[in-house]
Amino acid sequence: MAQFVKKDDDRDEEAEYSPFLGIEKGAVLQEARVFNDPQLDSRRCSQVITKLLYLLNQGETFTKVEATEVFFAVTKLFQSKDIGLRRMVYLMIKELSPSSDEVIIVTSSLMKDMNSKTDVYRANAIRVLCRITDGTLLTQIERYLKQAIVDKNPVVASAALVSGIHLLQTNPEIVKRWSNEVQEAVQSRAALVQFHALALLHQIRQNDRLAVSKLVTSLTRGTVRSPLAQCLLIRYTSQVIRESSMNNQSGERPFYDFLEGCLRHKAEMVIFEAARAITELNGVTSRELTPAITVLQLFLSSSKPVLRFAAVRTLNKVAMTHPMAVTNCNIDMESLISDQNRSIATLAITTLLKTGNESGVDRLMKQITNFMSDIADEFKIVVVDAIRSLCLKFPLKYRTLMNFLSNILREEGGFEYKKAIVDSIVILIRDIPDAKESGLLHLCEFIEDCEFTYLSTQILHFLGVEGPKTSDPSKYIRYIYNRVILENATVRASAVSTLAKFGAMVDSLKPRIFVLLRRCLYDNDDEVRDRATLYLNTLGGDGSVIETDKDVKEFLFGSLDIPLVNLETSLKNYEPTEEPFDISSVPKEVKSQPLAEKKAAGKKSTALGAPPASLTSASSAPVELTEAETEYAVNVVKHIFDRHVVFQYNCTNTIPEQLLENVVVVVDASEAEEFAELATKPLKALPYDTPGQTFVAFEKPEGVPAVGRFSNVLKFIVKEVDPSTGEAEDDGVEDEYQLEDSEIVAADYMLKVRVSNFRNAWESLGPDFERVDEYGLGPRESLSEAVNAVINLLGMQPCEGTEVVAANSRSHACLLSGVYIGNVKVLVRLSFGVDSAKEVAMKLAVRSEDESVSDAIHEIVAN
Amino acid sequence: MKFCPTIKNVLLLDSEGRRMAVKYYTDEWTTNGAKLAFEKSIFSKTQKTNARTEAEIVMFENNVVVYKFIQDLHFFVTGGDDENELALATVLQGFFDAVTLLLRGNVDQREALQNLDMMFLCLDEIVDGGMILETDGNMIAGKVATHSMDDGAPLSEQTITQALATAREHLTRSLLR
Repeated sequence: MAQFVKKDDDRDEEAEYSPFLGIEKGAVLQEARVFNDPQLDSRRCSQVITKLLYLLNQGETFTKVEATEVFFAVTKLFQSKDIGLRRMVYLMIKELSPSSDEVIIVTSSLMKDMNSKTDVYRANAIRVLCRITDGTLLTQIERYLKQAIVDKNPVVASAALVSGIHLLQTNPEIVKRWSNEVQEAVQSRAALVQFHALALLHQIRQNDRLAVSKLVTSLTRGTVRSPLAQCLLIRYTSQVIRESSMNNQSGERPFYDFLEGCLRHKAEMVIFEAARAITELNGVTSRELTPAITVLQLFLSSSKPVLRFAAVRTLNKVAMTHPMAVTNCNIDMESLISDQNRSIATLAITTLLKTGNESGVDRLMKQITNFMSDIADEFKIVVVDAIRSLCLKFPLKYRTLMNFLSNILREEGGFEYKKAIVDSIVILIRDIPDAKESGLLHLCEFIEDCEFTYLSTQILHFLGVEGPKTSDPSKYIRYIYNRVILENATVRASAVSTLAKFGAMVDSLKPRIFVLLRRCLYDNDDEVRDRATLYLNTLGGDGSVIETDKDVKEFLFGSLDIPLVNLETSLKNYEPTEEPFDISSVPKEVKSQPLAEKKAAGKKSTALGAPPASLTSASSAPVELTEAETEYAVNVVKHIFDRHVVFQYNCTNTIPEQLLENVVVVVDASEAEEFAELATKPLKALPYDTPGQTFVAFEKPEGVPAVGRFSNVLKFIVKEVDPSTGEAEDDGVEDEYQLEDSEIVAADYMLKVRVSNFRNAWESLGPDFERVDEYGLGPRESLSEAVNAVINLLGMQPCEGTEVVAANSRSHACLLSGVYIGNVKVLVRLSFGVDSAKEVAMKLAVRSEDESVSDAIHEIVAN
Repeated sequence: MKFCPTIKNVLLLDSEGRRMAVKYYTDEWTTNGAKLAFEKSIFSKTQKTNARTEAEIVMFENNVVVYKFIQDLHFFVTGGDDENELALATVLQGFFDAVTLLLRGNVDQREALQNLDMMFLCLDEIVDGGMILETDGNMIAGKVATHSMDDGAPLSEQTITQALATAREHLTRSLLR
């Protein structure tokens, strides 16, 4: 290494310097050629091996060829007499772990070294050879190994013994033959030889219970010099105690005296091992525990962190089963709360929380509060868990502990930590009735400022279950409704569900809940709207039929006992035509179901000649084609595509005595020249009160906003149904039913698309294709009615809440956005004015990406 | 139950937590990536602690890790969750003492890199396949240092040899005992 040092001595000391900086595998492999030189430069060879080892140590891998090449080159180095180089060669061979056919090359060299006069060679050659050897070779060298085990040089003996321990895994029958030599080595005066010999001897005999027992009996009487060997002996003794206690019920525990004696050993390692062994004895008595606890207590005030940690960790475990035994250490424990090592501090706290008595809780909590701010989240979670169990142990102290939890809930922290706190509070609320109200309020305050959607929804759900049962449920409503105003869609939806639960459980709150739920109907997220609508319906908020109380509660509070995977698969398999989806048909056991071909969708898309993915389309709201309370209720949904229009007729049969079959709608498109009928999908059967769908598809010129009027006639076969049995007669009669006309208007080609910033969007479209005109709308009921009429007429998305007209205002400005057929962006500014005679005047300004589209918008209004 | 104290890994990292010389004895970390990740996280976790006068200890991913720092060198020894902490600390101390002796008291990154061969030999002499081989720093340094004894070391290396005289003395004494 001398060259390295000299070359770089004059470099800047501060500069980051490594002799290995930027070395490359290829270059080093080239360098390895020096191994083949007839005149070996042992120093240089050592350096190259160091570089190779460095590469391997950094995680570099050699290919099979490279490894073989290096291996053969390295074997040449056995010629050198240089001890240092030989050591590196040993290391290199171990790292390369050569294959068995390669091993043969070095075997003779290594065996020579094994019998060398130099002890260093012998010890290392044994370790290398045993590492790379296989069974057959092992029998050849067995004789030498047995000799080595009892060699007077401890390094050689240890090398042989440790190799024996490894070989026992692969060649047990051979190693077991060495037990006489190993037994002799156990008596060695060298500390580590004794340790290695004992470890090997025990492993050889570990399945022979009697032999282990004998070994322990003889050794516990004798003297074991090595602390490590003494630790082993303690572990073996514990094993013997465990196994003998089963058939020895009465009297003194055997070998306990030995363990207790070890508590007075001079090595801390042994004292600790013995103390730990005593605490782990089966059914340990407090009398047996006391001396162990006493030494552990001494360790608590040691200057060595490792010792304090070991002691506090063991005491922490003891506290789970014998809290009383540990109380003596409480004073020492408390001083550990401020330990520099946070692992020790956390273990001390959790131990104290386990052993503390009721009167000490307040004081303890004060100490912990200071400590909490400067430990990592993972430790905090441990503390929170301990506090939860403490609170369950001393329910009377819930006030202090709940306050503590709510305080730390307000502080900074990651998700896992917050979740642990919330979970704890939830458990306390469940188990300690007194803590419910304060706990719920703490949770309410937390969600006011909670960044974790998951936790907010969990808490809202929990509030919905527990809140209505409290003395004053109304006070939670504000917190919940605030979520609806301020949060993201997921939380809003879950807040809506919670509101509904309050509505269902607390009759006095129902009217107020309805008001709030109705406001949610205008939410811009469809899940929130859907939930609000659903709950208004089930709770009877819209004046419709109120379901029975029991149904409502079951619906709101009952859990879904169907695996979600199955539900999803079933829904995907459901063909949206004849019968309604039946949730009870979903299998309840988790099983992978093949996803059936969705026939309906497939047929439709092939008929239209376009894959469903490209059907970026506008779908209208349902338009009723029948009067209310007629025999058959039919409405139509218009799906607009680039080249096609699909009418989806939703039909309901309201006559119990009839079953309709082969239901189709015959459409007359004579007043819609540009449309050509393409396909019809009839509805096979329409039983009473079960809605079904039939489809009619039309082709139209691509990209053209064709308009037209369609007259519709419902045709079907009527079959009489026996009301008592519900069975239909075989013969049916063809019949038809006149429906109202449907229309395709320009507004149908408008897709409601929201823009986030109307002004920016307006400016960026520019005045190039701006069209402005004024219209008189005639006398109107109110200004807001006029505004809504125009919005519906255009079929565009109102922006920035401008669809709402302030009461009594005489003028209004409304902003609309949308995408017209052909993917053309359209923005509209409407200015309304109303005079005393309720005559409404309107100024319409349109900007779009296409002149003709701007004109088309005006045409919509003009007509 | 496992009877014999087992070492999972011994690490020597530099001032940035980069690998200088490491040795893993279990299959717990299968890839080099996993090993690097372990080294990185244990380093960043222990960086702020003061492990200079006394060895420190931390629970980490169900392992007990004892560690000690000197200058810009970082020593770590990892054992299983139920390992005797003091046995691990003994191994750490042996490693630490041996390196201190071998680097003649100039225990820093630069010196360690220039004697990286000794660091590798040192690791090799402390633990063999997870089994504790030797815990006495003097013994370990003695075994490692033998290699510069008998070769005709150039002048620049002589000083090292002299400095290791102490270590050798310890070795011979313990051998003759």
